[in-house]
Amino acid sequence: MNFTLKIWRQKDAKSQGAFETYKVENISADTSFLEMLDILNNDLVHAGKEPVAFDHDCREGICGMCSLHINGHAHGPSQAVTTCQMYMRKFKDGSTITIEPWRSAAFPVIKDLVVNRGAYDEILQAGGFVSVRTNSVPDGNAIPIPKEDADESMDAAACVGCGACAATCKNGSAMLFVAARVSSLAKLPQGRVEGARRAKAMVAKMDELGFGNCTNTGACQAECPKQISIAHIARLNREFLWAKLKD
Amino acid sequence: MSCFLCNSSLGKKLVMSLSGMALVLFLLFHMSMNLVALIDLINGDTQYYNGVCAFLGANWYALVATAGLAILVLIHFVYAFILTLNNYRARGSQRYAVTASEPGVEWASKNMLLLGVIVVLGLGLHLVHFWSKMMLVELMGQHEVLVGDEPVVPTDGLAIIKFTFSQWYNVAIYLVWLVALWLHLNHGVWSMFQSIGWANDKWYPRLKMLAKAASTLIILGFMAVVIAFYVMR
Amino acid sequence: MAFKLDSKVPAGELAQKWSNHKAAIKVVSPANKRKLDIIIVGTGLGGASAAASLGEMGYNVKVFCIQDSPRRAHSIAAQGGINAAKNYQNDNDSVYRLFYDTIKGGDYRAREANVYRLAEVSNLIIDQCVAQGVPFAREYGGLLANRSFGGAQVSRTFYARGQTGQQLLLGAYAALNKEIAAGSVKSYPRHEMLDIVIDKKTGEAKGIIARNLVTGELERHGAHAVVIATGGYGNVFFLSTNAMGSNGSAAFQCYRKGAGFANPCFTQIHPTCIPVHGTQQSKLTLMSESLRNDGRIWVPKKLEDVEAIRKGTKKPSDIAEEDRDYYLERRYPAFGNLVPRDVASRAAKERCDAGFGVNETGLAVFLDFKTAIERLGKETIKQRYGNLFDMYEEITDVNPYEQPMQIFPAVHYTMGGIWVDYNLMTTIPGLYAIGEANFSDHGANRLGASALMQGLADGYFVLPYTIGDYLSKKIQAPKINTSDAEFDEAEKAIAEKIEKLFAIKGNRSADDIHKELGHIMWENVGMARTKESLERAISEIQALRKAFWSDLKLVGTKDSFNVELEKALRLVDYLELGELMARDALNRAESCGGHFRSEHQTEEGEALRHDEEFAYAAVWEYKGMDQAPELTKEPLDYEFTHRAQRNYKD
Repeated sequence: MNFTLKIWRQKDAKSQGAFETYKVENISADTSFLEMLDILNNDLVHAGKEPVAFDHDCREGICGMCSLHINGHAHGPSQAVTTCQMYMRKFKDGSTITIEPWRSAAFPVIKDLVVNRGAYDEILQAGGFVSVRTNSVPDGNAIPIPKEDADESMDAAACVGCGACAATCKNGSAMLFVAARVSSLAKLPQGRVEGARRAKAMVAKMDELGFGNCTNTGACQAECPKQISIAHIARLNREFLWAKLKD
Repeated sequence: MSCFLCNSSLGKKLVMSLSGMALVLFLLFHMSMNLVALIDLINGDTQYYNGVCAFLGANWYALVATAGLAILVLIHFVYAFILTLNNYRARGSQRYAVTASEPGVEWASKNMLLLGVIVVLGLGLHLVHFWSKMMLVELMGQHEVLVGDEPVVPTDGLAIIKFTFSQWYNVAIYLVWLVALWLHLNHGVWSMFQSIGWANDKWYPRLKMLAKAASTLIILGFMAVVIAFYVMR
Repeated sequence: MAFKLDSKVPAGELAQKWSNHKAAIKVVSPANKRKLDIIIVGTGLGGASAAASLGEMGYNVKVFCIQDSPRRAHSIAAQGGINAAKNYQNDNDSVYRLFYDTIKGGDYRAREANVYRLAEVSNLIIDQCVAQGVPFAREYGGLLANRSFGGAQVSRTFYARGQTGQQLLLGAYAALNKEIAAGSVKSYPRHEMLDIVIDKKTGEAKGIIARNLVTGELERHGAHAVVIATGGYGNVFFLSTNAMGSNGSAAFQCYRKGAGFANPCFTQIHPTCIPVHGTQQSKLTLMSESLRNDGRIWVPKKLEDVEAIRKGTKKPSDIAEEDRDYYLERRYPAFGNLVPRDVASRAAKERCDAGFGVNETGLAVFLDFKTAIERLGKETIKQRYGNLFDMYEEITDVNPYEQPMQIFPAVHYTMGGIWVDYNLMTTIPGLYAIGEANFSDHGANRLGASALMQGLADGYFVLPYTIGDYLSKKIQAPKINTSDAEFDEAEKAIAEKIEKLFAIKGNRSADDIHKELGHIMWENVGMARTKESLERAISEIQALRKAFWSDLKLVGTKDSFNVELEKALRLVDYLELGELMARDALNRAESCGGHFRSEHQTEEGEALRHDEEFAYAAVWEYKGMDQAPELTKEPLDYEFTHRAQRNYKD
């Protein structure tokens, strides 16, 4: 297969970026999207040019490192997969593919397609944990947890922190990310203890970092590679408002 | 406690949700009042609707309710602008070159401000058409108002309706306005439940159905009056 | 000068060693902890849990990772689960049984005391993770669920769907975040350690040189102790199940600076990976070992069926039951499809070598769920493995509910690593290695669901205590001065190395050379090794190393975000590490666990150990790039277990 690639190139955070066009040829349909970029990059290196910088690591859809806005979709046009799990057979032979970095004020571009998602770390540092000390905990089976609650907690915990939600949201809102963590812990007795404090602290940090406001479009869940439901946003709203009412 | 309604994203959303909810209730109320005009139209009468108009004229309770309503609209509108401005900033200065619609995302949900602005513009016109000829006239201490060329008493709402919807362009404007309102409510009604946290995966289909039903009911009620008076002009 | 290796294993009964040791080692008072700095490199299960625990105890911790967030470390990709000797399933499991299975699974090449301690603290890990809000799978009664894994006859594996590593790492990362918020830990993402700094007078570790991967700036960081938690070096094979960024460089710098590197040839080849599909591939994908709970592995009995499947004239599902060779069930009746990974991998290779490989390249076998779907229903299978099946279909375009999966072994884990004593300290005082980066617990083969266990055991429960013993001697020590001559020299050496790489101006990209290295490694130092193949590998790697230093093409600049430079720097180390692995494999003229020397096998084709000659950990000392390293042996005395030929047949 052959493709024309329109890729955003930007030297560093301070520089102005622009699209550049590249051709890749003889790509097997079984090649993954990122392997296709590897091939392009190896060609660029041979031509003495700087390869396209993009984030990636595990290539199994779990580390959350890969990003890319491909043809208008976060993680490309396929549903429920990260960019690294997308294969070229999903694209039409001969087509033009536009590749952009995440665009969000809270995710500044570092280089080309690489952005800084440190804001997500900061939100979790604000309260996305259970305050237990190492070695000072009860037996794992001391508190039975209904299977449905554990399952729902796991649904939310599947978040890989890739940033697709905020990158997709027309409001640049990180609500799905924040909600996934808050909701996951809220469904477990261990997390409930600090539920109110956590919801308030994480929402405050999210606001402080310049993310936008959720307007319930549901675009985040549509583009989320882990298909995390906005029902978790509803739970975050509930947790937060309830906590505030009690203040 | 009070400040989170102004400075927290979720607090602001709560304000949008609650003010929206109150406005939806008002629309339901307003729509049912309008249906009274249809009864008069069918009976060739004026007593029922104008009775309502007299009841809701420049009396203290109606004035308080009107002022409250105005504040609600203002809050809903101002917050919408503040939120949208924040959201625009949050997207960053560099925009996507290519965008696509995400599967399952309603157009209305992404264009609430646009729809809201249409609704407010329509509201302005609506106030000129009706409120300025009714409650405002009474407040100014006058007892007569010109509708077309006819002087009528400001509680003769039926005469004002008849006059307004006898003109085709007013009908057309009102229909567009109502469609915008319908779209706005389609998203708004279920969204307000989401914003206060009363939603989950099981309830989304139900809430969305409720939103469709409520918005359709409201809009059909309003449209019925507009169209009926135009047809029977 | 050979190493004087002291494993510091405490005397006494096996079950008492750890408690006795904890009671005997020194502790540091809270007031003194505040004065002590610790650097942790790597934020996987080991690094994150250690950083969180040490920060919580009151030390000043700096933690480094190459990714954009600590949460992305490759521990996150572990799918199947984590072992613990809880005996929640009432199948007569115990600490001893977990210990014994691990020792036996490792083919008697691990240190008894370390493994016993690992089994002992395994239960604490589950408790800790539950308390952190890790959503482990549960039964309807609300209690924790378990599944079976290879190499064990009890159900002791705890799991969170197919994402156990992710959930455990998010737990450790959350604990780390708690400490970052509290100010006791400072995080340095997108930083790569390029060298370890050693005090010339005392020989103790005193800091690192790290490169800021965004700006390219070289930074100096001093500390009273340094912990390496950077995982394994499987990517020396280019194609592996490791993340693209996983590398052996931090560990290799320690080796260069004098830390012993133990058993480098012990590599785990995982039996259930998606087969290689072409020459343009960058990464292999693992399918969780948990699939072997319900999947049955087979190839056709008849070569004509193999031909027909390769040509596409027959579908695998067309092959009649009696024409299928469920070779693991045939050869190992007692464990069947759940034999340890090394055994399963070799058995697949044996069938493929005999011509029964089922894809065009002849390098694939089937993993079939037909029987399980008939027995349990599609819904149950979907619940258990739905996400893995979806992932398989996404990659291969084949629906595994209808046709069997194709799998083939791939490089997955390295049991070898930096030599550490019972305290997890390397041969360099003040330098520690934990998790996959060290060599200590898995011997010659790691059992499934034990890597997560080791990472968290080291990070939460072992290192935080043992490091205190060393640091208790440092309470009077001043802050490390990073303007010292040692830091100057180390930074200068790196700057020169980078200049040298840019100055080559050759024609081959780092990836080209790395691919060739991977090919040499896989062909000669892979699943089966011989004296000849290893000697060939050594000479070919040496030649390739020369080619690298004369023909590398490096683009970009040193003071910017430059992935090519990162690759080149890591490749410098792979090109020496590969040779070290081959040398170690050559030295070890026996077969054990994942190390299979074709000359040394039983009549049935199983690994044949030579305990009288090779019951030791081979610890290598660096002597220079083109010099042969020096071997020191740490004898592995088996006081408490009887060493036997591994038997998974009955």
